[in-house]
Formats: sequence, structure tokens, C-alpha cells
Amino acid sequence: MSFEKLMRRSTERPLTAVPWGITLLLVLALGAQIAWHLRLPAPVANARELPSPPSLMALHALSLGEEPAFARLLMLWLQAFDNQPGISIPFRNLDYDHVAGWLEQILALDPRSRYPLLSAVRIYAEVPDPGRRRKMIDFVERQFLLAPDERWQWLAHGVFIAKHRLRDLPLALRLARELREYTHAERVPGWARQMEFFVLEAMGDLQGAQVLLGGLIETGQITDPAEIRFLEQRLARDTD
Amino acid sequence: MSTLILPIAAYTFREAVRNRLFVLTLGGMVCLLGLTAFVGELAVTEQRQIQAAIIGAGIRLFAVCTVCLFVITSTVREFNDKGFELILSLPAPRSSYFFGKCAGFMLLALVISAAGGLLLLLYSEPAAVLLWYVSLVCELLLLVVLSLLCLFTFGNITVACMLVLAFYLLSRSMETIQLVSMSPILETHSLSQEFMNGMVQVIALFLPELHRFARSEWLIHGGDWSVLPPILAQTAVYTALLGAAALFDLYRKEL
Repeated sequence: MSFEKLMRRSTERPLTAVPWGITLLLVLALGAQIAWHLRLPAPVANARELPSPPSLMALHALSLGEEPAFARLLMLWLQAFDNQPGISIPFRNLDYDHVAGWLEQILALDPRSRYPLLSAVRIYAEVPDPGRRRKMIDFVERQFLLAPDERWQWLAHGVFIAKHRLRDLPLALRLARELREYTHAERVPGWARQMEFFVLEAMGDLQGAQVLLGGLIETGQITDPAEIRFLEQRLARDTD
Repeated sequence: MSTLILPIAAYTFREAVRNRLFVLTLGGMVCLLGLTAFVGELAVTEQRQIQAAIIGAGIRLFAVCTVCLFVITSTVREFNDKGFELILSLPAPRSSYFFGKCAGFMLLALVISAAGGLLLLLYSEPAAVLLWYVSLVCELLLLVVLSLLCLFTFGNITVACMLVLAFYLLSRSMETIQLVSMSPILETHSLSQEFMNGMVQVIALFLPELHRFARSEWLIHGGDWSVLPPILAQTAVYTALLGAAALFDLYRKEL
């Protein structure tokens, strides 16, 4: 089909049907819009502070009955909060009381979610600031006490942070002791329940470590002969 | 000025009344009031500010959706009923039809915005509400003309609605998109990055700054009247652009 035939089939009238004033207005308005936009300076990014979390009741109402989905959406929002449009905020500049508050509310929305606890120990506690690390450990400890058998992994990681990152052995000992006392052997692996032993060993409290080992063996929490032999050898080596 | 403009505007407005748009507006306002009261009960502090922000954002969305949908569906109905051709057969320029329709739709936008403004007076300062109202009317004016342009160009409800929606969302979020494209996190200085950044800047040139219009922060913290002249200037420039484009298409339309 030729161009001429195509043009004839067109449902539009020719350009000459448009009054010249309208064409002129169109061109002038387009130029004015571009000029108007170019007068503006480039947008400047302003960092927003993390707001304090709303009440749990408000979050329940806003979730419209989809608490697990809403909890995950909130978690993604919180996780991405350090990357605001045009600006990146270091974690150490975030208000960690608010971070802990948000994590707590999100976990309360869906108590079976592991995301807030994982974020606390593996993301927010990685910041090189002892005060902020402690806030995350406090959060994990509080949440562990609410459901020890389900949340022991995160407290075990808390013991690691307290011992190796913060070098706060009394704190590590307290956490490790809670890990042993509040969990049940059939749900939690032996290595996690034996962390207290290693913290005592690191503190040089060999007598305490010996008592603990005896207790663990006596109560049947360690039954594997090779494991018992390993721990005894380690204790003997430290005593020497 | 053609004597047809006023009758077309009056009949357009009458159509809105007969379509029970004002009953819908009343129902929408009552629902928003209920939602706001409920949310206010949840707030521990800043109750009034939260209510003002929520109702402001709700009214803005309601007004934009209602007006745009009505403009598009009403004009399509007129095309299908051949009312459009009847009007064009009268001894008057085609622009009379465009200006008449615009005036009728704007009257509707004024009434819907005024209903929202009255509701907002419960939660915010009158001066801030007035500033917000004027700005919302400017925003609706742009969207009325844009809806007419999309319809003249594509003549299809679905396409016109989707284009208006996309244009609206893009205009409101363009500043954020520009910031993201300029973000140091994304700056890899690769060719594709530079290209995308350039594209965003070019697209921004042709869009109105709708993110500056009818901001809920005015309702919370009070409005500063110095923001109004740039909004009025942007409305004038962009309305002229959209209007000229719509008239261009209208004059080329074969009956």
C-alpha cells in the first residue's frame, strides 16, 4: 500500500486544519515548560530520621488481618531505611532504640518470624559501636526469654558477639547461662548448651567450668563419650 | 468568545449532577471522616495532625480519581452518542467545545475540592486549608486537560485512564526518581547508568511538578503562601501546553 493511500485512510485531518495560533501556542508552551523546569536547582536529598514505632494495636489495625505479610513488609522497609533516595545513612547514625522498638513490634506481629532476630544479630549488631551492639543483644535476650526453645540460635550468636566482638565475658557468661538454663536438651543441640563452659574457660574460672561439666554429664545433657573426653581433655590442658 | 462555551459547561456540570457524582462525593467524605476518626483513636500523640494528613491525602486521591474518571467516561459517552458531532456541526470553532467541557469539569472539580476543604477545616487551620484547596484545584485543572488530551488522542477509555494514572504517578514521584538516579550508591559511571540518568532528567523536563501541589505537610505544620506563586505559574504553563496539544488533536480529528 502506497504512502498516499495510507494518508488517505487516515482518520485525521491535515495539519493545515489546525489554526496557526494553536500550533504557535503549543510550541511556546513546550518551550515555557522546559524553561520553567530548568530554572529549578537539582533536588537535594535530606536524610530522614527513623521514627519511633507505633503501638502494636495500630500496626494490627493497619495490617488489615495480614499480620505476617505486613510484618515482612515492615521488615523490608526497616532494612532499606539506611538507603533513602539519593542518600545512604550509616547504621551507626540510626537511633538504635527506635530500631529495637521496630524489631520488637515486627516480631510481635508475627512471633514465628526469624527475620527481626536475624537482622538484630547479623546486620544491626555488626556496627562497630559497642553501645549499639549491646542494644541489639539486649533485644535478642529479651525476645529469647519469651520463647527460649525457638529463639536459642540468636542468643547463641549473642554469646559470640559478647565474647569476641565486645570482649565482655561477664555478659557472654550471663547469656550462655540463660541459654543452658532456659532451653531443653531435646530441642537445642549440645554445643549451644555448652557455651557456658567455654566462656568460663575463657574467663579462667576452671573450677566453675569443672562443676558445670560435671553437672552436664550428671544430668544426662552430655552422653556422647567422645564429647565428654574432648571437654575433659580441654579442661585438663587449661589446668596444666 | 463563543456563546457556546457557557451552555456546554452548564450541560457538562448538569451531567455530573445527574450522574450522582455529588452523592458519591458525600458518601466518600463520610467514609473518610469515619476512617480518620478511627485512625485518630489509634494515635497516642499528634492525633489531630495524623487525622489532617490522612484526610488530606485521602481527599486528594478521591478528587483526582473521581474527576479523571468522569472526564474520560463522560466524553467517551458523548463521542458514542454523536453529541460531539452535533456540537461541532454548529457554527462555532472547535475550541468552544474544548473550553466549554473544561469549564464544566472544572466547576465539578471546584465543588469536590470545596467539600474536601470543608471537611479538612475540622482538623486544620483555615489558612492552611485554603492554600491546600487552591493548590488541589490547580492539580485538578491539569488533570482535566490531560484527560481530555488523552481521550482526543487515543479515543479509548482504558488507554486514556491508564495514561492519566501513569502520568500522575510519574509526575508525583519524579523528584524521588531523580534522587535515586543521582544516588551515589547507584553511580557506577557505566554507560547504561549515565544513559538512564540522562533519560530521567529529560523525562523530568516534560512533567509538571505535581509533588509540590496540595502537600499534606501544610495541613500539619501550616502553609507558607510563598509556595503558591510557583504552583500557579507551573499550572499556567502546563495547562497551556496540554490545552494546546488537546486543541491540536481536536482540530485534526476527522468526523
